[in-house]
Amino acid sequence: MSERKMVATRDAYGKALAEIGKENYNVVVLDADLKVSTKTVGFAKAFPDRFFDMGVAEQDMVGTAAGLAAAGKIVFASTFAVFGSGRAWDQVRVSVAYTRLNVKLAVTHAGITTGEDGASHQANEDIAIMRAIPNMTVVVPSDGVETEKVIREAVKFYGPMYIRLSRPKTPVIHDDPNYHFRIGKGEVMRAGTDATIIACGLMVALALDAAELLAKEGTKVRVVNLATIKPLDAELIVNCAKETGAVVTAEEHSILGGLGGAVAEVLGENAPVPMARVGLKDTFGESGTPEELLVKYGLTAEEIARAVRSVIKRKH
Amino acid sequence: MIAKEKIVELEATASKLRQHVIKMICAAASGHPGGSLSAADIITVLYFYKLNHRAKEPHWAERDRFVMSKGHAAPILYAALAEAGYFPVDYLHTLRRIGSSLQGHVDMLSLPGIEMSTGSLGQGLSAANGMALANRLDKRASRVYCLLGDGECQEGQVWEAAMTAAHYKLDNLTAIIDHNKFQIDGPVAEIKNVAPLPEKWQAFGWHVVRCDGHKMEAIIDALEQAEKTKGKPTMIIADTIKGKGVSYMEASPLDFHGKAPTVEERDKALEELCRREKKT
Repeated sequence: MSERKMVATRDAYGKALAEIGKENYNVVVLDADLKVSTKTVGFAKAFPDRFFDMGVAEQDMVGTAAGLAAAGKIVFASTFAVFGSGRAWDQVRVSVAYTRLNVKLAVTHAGITTGEDGASHQANEDIAIMRAIPNMTVVVPSDGVETEKVIREAVKFYGPMYIRLSRPKTPVIHDDPNYHFRIGKGEVMRAGTDATIIACGLMVALALDAAELLAKEGTKVRVVNLATIKPLDAELIVNCAKETGAVVTAEEHSILGGLGGAVAEVLGENAPVPMARVGLKDTFGESGTPEELLVKYGLTAEEIARAVRSVIKRKH
Repeated sequence: MIAKEKIVELEATASKLRQHVIKMICAAASGHPGGSLSAADIITVLYFYKLNHRAKEPHWAERDRFVMSKGHAAPILYAALAEAGYFPVDYLHTLRRIGSSLQGHVDMLSLPGIEMSTGSLGQGLSAANGMALANRLDKRASRVYCLLGDGECQEGQVWEAAMTAAHYKLDNLTAIIDHNKFQIDGPVAEIKNVAPLPEKWQAFGWHVVRCDGHKMEAIIDALEQAEKTKGKPTMIIADTIKGKGVSYMEASPLDFHGKAPTVEERDKALEELCRREKKT
């Protein structure tokens, strides 16, 4: 596997936000005492008048974001994924989503790669609980390049969005700087006919690695980057199932209710094929380095490849 | 000094709004009369005296905004919006009916004039803070008003928002507590005491004014004190009576927190309110 550039999606977010601040005076940013970690600090320093630190008060942050948006602002609100989705879930539901207000919850430290902070800080359920809310758009960028595109699209798009970002540096898999991200559209990153791996976030890079491993065995696997979990690109998912006959999902999230759950819902109703979900198996995480945790909890290229072999076997 | 005629007019309007509330909730056979009636005079002063708003142009950028944080008091706000001309008074009888814009708890997307959807208690003040911050950013002189319940002050988010408003010195924000002393399960003091409210809000950095929430002059005076206060938000603690204006509801407020009056009860209530209206 070739050497890839490494960029944390939270860093890409911070960079994009600071640039957007220069271009659009209507953008306002809120944070809940984590601006250095979420990378909103760049915007905060450049545009102190349009940055509000809400302190350790995520519910109030989300409600304040709703009020700013109701008065015409484009609001980015950042904290860790566990707090933005879980602690403030009812505020997201009633004040932001029910009202369909222009609030972008750009949350970092999603998933198990939050690492050493341990289970309390590892959001492995956030995709499930955010996508269950009507009017909510849920996006999980796969790398730094895509993150910048997502943030720019988020400014153009009117309505609530949940943007899920990671703490550690992850491989950049989009070489083309002109890559065009579209909300609600999946991206076929590798062609294949024997099975499809549908992945999001940092698992897309691992899915590409898995496809490489399988290619050595003569198995041709399609890889789809499904950055938008909601609205789901059902057409692409169904086509992949019909054309390749087997689907594996890969996400840094519980296998319950997230990407795997969403894909299973579509396939169950429209194109049942052998399917397997790679993700956290209904468990909390623990402290450790991101790399150690990914291995311990089965979020590796090898695990994805193993799942692909198993679904292909079930095709016959 | 406000003219005596204006006070009489406001009192008549409040009585009219109360009658709408009784009729709407009876027709819907569900809803929260007690907390709507306790807030009736405050809402009347806001919509028919204080707020700078345009019924025919509900999204006018320079308007003052009102956030009903105690979203279950929706009927009194609907009654005020209808009488102010936002929609026909006849529409009030659709409260809580399927397909109606008059949702059980206020919904900003279905009804122009509603500034924020609420119903899950404790969320309105944060939104009001956001609007006040936006007004400041955009250099609008408009004010933001927010009405909370006293039981609602048991929600933690209220105190998060209290800190935010004081920290950011939101003197363009006036919050009001409809202090009617009752919540669903019983007297607030017995369920989980929120007292002392004035001292708590003062300690959180607010300018606090206490007033009789059923005296027009007192409410107006409190709102004007708030406008004159610089460098901090103002909390008006309005002492009110749950079910105000309807004798049997005032006598047993716990029975009418979230229960609709029957047809007989409605008629008795309307008779009392009409009698009072004539007296004023």
